[in-house]
Amino acid sequence: MDLRFTAEELAFRDSVRAFFETAIPADIRRLVSEGRHLTKQDIVTAHRILNARGWAVPHWPAEWGGQDWSVVQRYIFQEEMQRAAVPPPLPFNTQMVGPVIARFGSAAQKRRFLPPTANIDIWWCQGFSEPGAGSDLASLKTRAERDGDHYVVNGQKTWTTLAQYADWIFCLVRTDRTAKKQQGISFLLIDMTSPGITVRPIITIDDAHEVNEVFFDNVRVPAEHLVGVENKGWDYAKFLLGNERTGIARVGLSKERVARAKQLARETPSGQGTLWDDAAFRMRVARLEVQLKALEITQLRVVAGSTQGSDKPDPNSSILKIRGSELQQATAELLKDIAGPYALPLPDAADDLSNAPAVAPDWAPYAAPAYFNNRKVSIYGGSNEIQRNIIAKAFLGL
Amino acid sequence: MDFDFSDEQLLLKTSVDRLIADAYGDFEQRKTYQAEPAGWSAALWARYAGLGLLGMPFAEADGGFGGGPVETMIVMEAIGRGLVVEPYLATVVLGGGIVRLGGDAAQRARILPQIAAGDLRMAFAHVERQARYDLFDVATTARREGSGFVLHGGKGVVLHGDSADLLVVSARTAGARRDGQGISLFLVDAAAPGVLRRGYPTQDGLRAAEIVFDGVRVAASAMIGAADAALPLIEQVTDSAIAALAAEAVGAMTVLQDITVEYLRTRQQFGVAIGSFQALQHRAADMLVELEQARSMAMYAAMMAEAPDAAQRRAALAAAKVQMNDSSRALGQASIQLHGGIAMTRDYKAGHYFKRLTMIESLFGDSDHHLRQLAAVN
Ligand SMILES: Cc1cc2nc3c(=O)[nH]c(=O)nc-3n(C[C@H](O)[C@H](O)[C@H](O)COP(=O)(O)OP(=O)(O)OC[C@H]3O[C@@H](n4cnc5c(N)ncnc54)[C@H](O)[C@@H]3O)c2cc1C
Repeated sequence: MDLRFTAEELAFRDSVRAFFETAIPADIRRLVSEGRHLTKQDIVTAHRILNARGWAVPHWPAEWGGQDWSVVQRYIFQEEMQRAAVPPPLPFNTQMVGPVIARFGSAAQKRRFLPPTANIDIWWCQGFSEPGAGSDLASLKTRAERDGDHYVVNGQKTWTTLAQYADWIFCLVRTDRTAKKQQGISFLLIDMTSPGITVRPIITIDDAHEVNEVFFDNVRVPAEHLVGVENKGWDYAKFLLGNERTGIARVGLSKERVARAKQLARETPSGQGTLWDDAAFRMRVARLEVQLKALEITQLRVVAGSTQGSDKPDPNSSILKIRGSELQQATAELLKDIAGPYALPLPDAADDLSNAPAVAPDWAPYAAPAYFNNRKVSIYGGSNEIQRNIIAKAFLGL
Repeated sequence: MDFDFSDEQLLLKTSVDRLIADAYGDFEQRKTYQAEPAGWSAALWARYAGLGLLGMPFAEADGGFGGGPVETMIVMEAIGRGLVVEPYLATVVLGGGIVRLGGDAAQRARILPQIAAGDLRMAFAHVERQARYDLFDVATTARREGSGFVLHGGKGVVLHGDSADLLVVSARTAGARRDGQGISLFLVDAAAPGVLRRGYPTQDGLRAAEIVFDGVRVAASAMIGAADAALPLIEQVTDSAIAALAAEAVGAMTVLQDITVEYLRTRQQFGVAIGSFQALQHRAADMLVELEQARSMAMYAAMMAEAPDAAQRRAALAAAKVQMNDSSRALGQASIQLHGGIAMTRDYKAGHYFKRLTMIESLFGDSDHHLRQLAAVN
């Protein structure tokens, strides 16, 4: 057993770190660090800088722009990205639809979609969830009926993250209504400019436009946009959801938040000095660091033990998701608590009365919205209850 | 020992609950109130006055109804259920509370009947940025000049400070920034020269203001209570506010509990109501545990809010605030989780209750602050 990275791995880490800190604009990284919402342009800018360096899709097959990295290198890359508060390349492109097309798509689909997906010339969104199909995803009802060389799609998706920016949507649709739940589902790529698609915003509790409803009314989709085999979409979806083993823990992100919390606590007046002088506060931070260390080592065990390309479900991904989401939420909570009474003002909302004083400190109004927004991380991507069901059933045999 | 309401209190509860249900029963109504210039409803304010709510805690001799902390609890719980946006806490409990408890006869006679009639809004400009939650940490100064005083300094997150007509301002007339002695309270007309206000909406849909006092002149008669000795009064009114907020939080938590359970009954996944999953049943049961602990402490807070022994009172209210904060957080987070995505949306009620509960936590001391107070006297 040895925790240390090799000299080559350390050199790799340093080069990645230097790149993130110099090549990605500081104002974008600051928004990420403060838990604020990025504009479309911010996300595209950061994504393309990474892609120009060959780093937007390092885990893809080499012929489509992937890097021949070891699992440890991939791990380091991801951690460093979070540590530097670099916005991750659009996950719908790089983690979800890209790997599915690369693995199951036709040669023509690969040629057509993979390069622009890697460079975010196409912005993808994920059309899985429906109003009646959340945790019970396989009960989805949006249907696609074959009509000559087209499918005709009718139904509704919801919670579609950033669909307002999307050029294309990858959908799970029902192609066989007679088959058992999971077996009549197909994986379809749909151009968002197709007639019959309506996108309606859903505003979240942090007053952001992050998710949408997407309606399909007799949308005609060329059959060539079916991925893989008809009625095998559930298998591809499982591959997609299991694709990201360790990234879900977001240890780097939580560590970055703790580092920021320490710095802000040192700047936040309290008592005779600052909040950082308060032993109880420092103990709270220390406890979070302990929990993050345990999660980090767990993650490293997974990284060290994993073989590339295995599709088998792994209890560890549920463990990483549960604890990782809890710690993301705990760190967002910590930052909100540091703001104290200054958690109250809404961002950018001060009515301008002339000569009036500023609402201060400037980071604080974003702390509570980030805390509210982070409640989502234990809901999406398989809720924490569903993750516990998986552990109990699949691994404990209960 | 008695945890029951008297007949009069039950009557009050019935009429307040009815009014709030009528005014806030449809969540869309709240948005129309928020859209008014002050960020709350002038018409509702008049209705509160008509029902006697705005003079509830004031003595009959001062134009009030002689209610105590239990009556305030009844009103505030209804406010919590409705997620009311009007400045009841700021005007009646805080500003009105200072005048009620510390004002001389002339001040009480001038101010309290106007509040009760719905004609005067107040705010308590006390918190300063560097003070965090320490009530004695006051840097704003009041310098004697001629027969009056001149105020200099800045106050932050003054609840409903933007629409108040009359402010109660704490300022130092002696001593250093963190001395308990040397703080005085002043009545300041919000329109007085040198008062600079910046109002803003808060995360929970209410309003607050940053206020600067830039050489504001007040007469000697503007002082409330004795010079240099206002801290006990500030502590007393803060304790009243904590008791009031505890009741508000209980009202809000009750609604969150109810809508969560209702959702568990109706939301179907995997062909069954999600409330049939034992994992969710247990969390809903835990929410009720939290709610009832909070309710007990809100009652305790009401019964102790004007206890004669200040040290006992302070400890009791600190304990109440800790339980309230902890219950609010646990119950609020569980409510969102049990709903799934729907509770993340602005169009659904649960998130608004969660946000109000979160902001109540940040007012008048978080749990760390109050635990520190309790640990210090242990
Ligand atoms: C901000 C946000 C962004 C999202 N982005 C996308 C996106 O881009 N594309 C997309 O397709 N989807 C997206 N989702 C949807 C997300 O995947 C779903 O919210 C999630 O699957 C949960 O479904 P639900 O919200 O319908 O909750 P439900 O499934 O109704 O769950 C409600 C509650 O019941 C619990 N529960 C359900 N079943 C069980 C069970 N068997 N045992 C125990 N407890 C159970 C859940 O854990 C939860 O607590 C997003 C969601 C959010 C909040």
